[in-house]
This record gives sequence, C-alpha cells and structure tokens, in this order.
Amino acid sequence: MVADPVVLQAVADLFPSGIGRYAVGGLLVGLGTVLIYAGTGIPAGASTFLESTLSYVSEQSRFQRYVGSRDWRLVFTAGIVAGGLAFAATVQSGLITSALYEPGTTGRLYEVAGVTLWSTAVQPWRLFLGGVLVGVGTRIGKGCTSGHGVCGVGSASKTSLIGVLTFLTVAIGTAQVVAALGVSP
Amino acid sequence: MADRHPLFEPLVFVGGLTFGFGLGFSHMARPEVVLAFLQFDDLGLLFVMFGAAIVSGIGFALLPRIRDAAPLTGDPYERRLKPFDRNVLVGGAVFGVGWGLSGICPGAAYASLGTGNVAILWALAGMFLGAYAQGYWRSTARASDAPTGAD
Repeated sequence: MVADPVVLQAVADLFPSGIGRYAVGGLLVGLGTVLIYAGTGIPAGASTFLESTLSYVSEQSRFQRYVGSRDWRLVFTAGIVAGGLAFAATVQSGLITSALYEPGTTGRLYEVAGVTLWSTAVQPWRLFLGGVLVGVGTRIGKGCTSGHGVCGVGSASKTSLIGVLTFLTVAIGTAQVVAALGVSP
Repeated sequence: MADRHPLFEPLVFVGGLTFGFGLGFSHMARPEVVLAFLQFDDLGLLFVMFGAAIVSGIGFALLPRIRDAAPLTGDPYERRLKPFDRNVLVGGAVFGVGWGLSGICPGAAYASLGTGNVAILWALAGMFLGAYAQGYWRSTARASDAPTGAD
C-alpha cells in the first residue's frame, strides 16, 4: 500500500465528517431490518406506510390492499419516530459521546425539557414539493431507499438494483441543477 | 390477522426504534446531509446505504439456513422479489427528482420528526398527498395489479 499524502487528503476531502457516524448508523439501520425479518420473515420497507395508512381513511382499492399490514406498519413508523427521538435525547443531547460520532453544523439546534432537538434550514417549498414527488415516485416505483436500497439490494434483487441506480442518478442530477440555480439551503 | 403472536408488534417497534436511531445517528434524518451527498460534498451516505444493505444481506442469507420459519409468524424465510417493469424506472425517476429536491426519503422523514424537525411535516404532508394522488389515479384508471410486497 502506498500512503501518498496527496491521495489520502483527496479521500479525506470526500468525507469531511469522517465515516464513523455513517458506518455505525448504517449498521443500526441494517440491524433493525434484520431484527424484524428474523422474527417475522418480513423485509420491511418504510414507504408502503404511506399507502397502508391511507387505507384507514380512503376506500380506494389501491390502499385497501394494504389493510392486512396497516397496523404493524403504523407500529414500525412509530418505532422509527421514537428511534429518532431516542437519538436526540442521548447522542444529540450530548448524554452519550463517541469518537465515532461527528456532531455536524447543519440546521439549527434547540432545547425542549433538557432534550436537544434539531430543525432543518432547507426551505419548506423544497420539502413539500419534494415530498409530493417522493410520495408519487416510491409508490409507482415499488420502493424507496429502504425497500429497494436496503432490503432489495440486501436480497440482490435485480429490480431493486435498477430502482436504486435510477433514483440515485436522477437525484444527483436534480440536486446538482438545484444547487447550480443558486437555491440554498 | 387476529391470531398474531403477542410479540409481533413489540418486535416491529424495537426494529423500527433501532432503524430510526440509526437514521438519526448517521444524519440521514438531516436533509442538508443527504443534499451534501448528492452534490458530492460528503459521500458518507454510501456507507449508510451499503452498510445497511450488507448487514441485511447477511441476515437474509443466514436466517433461512438456521431455521425454516420465522418464530412470530410461522412464515418461511423467503426472498420477496418485486417484478421488474417500466414502473420501476418511471417511479424511480420521479422519486429521484423529489429526493434530489428535498434531500428527504420516507424512513428518514419519520426519524427526522423524532429528532425534533417539525419542518419535516411539510415533506410528510407532501408524501401523503403524492401517495394519495397516485393511488387515486391508479385505483380508478384500471383494476390494479398484484400487491407489491413489503417496502
């Protein structure tokens, strides 16, 4: 191995926040997926929740097909929200510190009842319009970053690999264009 | 199903909790960090997605060799592969535009709400609206195709 300082610096520039928090976070996301699969045999993805939850309020056949799974999907999503809160109450609040966790400078931190919470600075119109397209796209495209990206790629599904390649390429193009147009954050 | 194992939903909750904690820890619940990846300013997201895929891949591969069926459902451990068609490309592209514009995807949005990001309700409202619009259109446009599995 050649430890060329120029090459090392170039690689470090690609990961300005290190890789610890990403690798540990990814490990936990995978662990959560495996935990559910081990107990239930279900490779759970996050985006079906959108349609399955709509079945509580809409009689459309497209949503009613998810009646059988809507209860546990609600529990899964509640767990994800609770997981985000657990992270905020521990690591984000500084109660647990780790060399593998790089805090970061994005958005805005604020405190409620001793818990350090976080809020994004990305503009609401981007979140809303992007959200609409995410809602349409994941359901037509049969999966999102967890269904295709984690479960699908983990099962070496060709459909999911093509899905991931498609949305990754388009998302990179979109983000680059939006940034080039001067939209920030 | 009424005769579900009493530990079914608690396990799904703990799995979701681990999943959501990981999204928080990895900063994927922060749209800015996802956008930084898409703009090639910080490639850390690759470690999250492929790290998670490798861990789940190991689980998916090993579990069927250890036991025949999942203890809480009695269902066999099988790969549930989704059929490929044009929708994977069309939907993937629409999702890509939305993800690239907002920096947020469904799972990360739920976790983001948990970290205190109230503004993410804009994205969640958009996602429900988008999911409703496509479901309404597809329910009425034609008798819809087979269920698409567990994503």
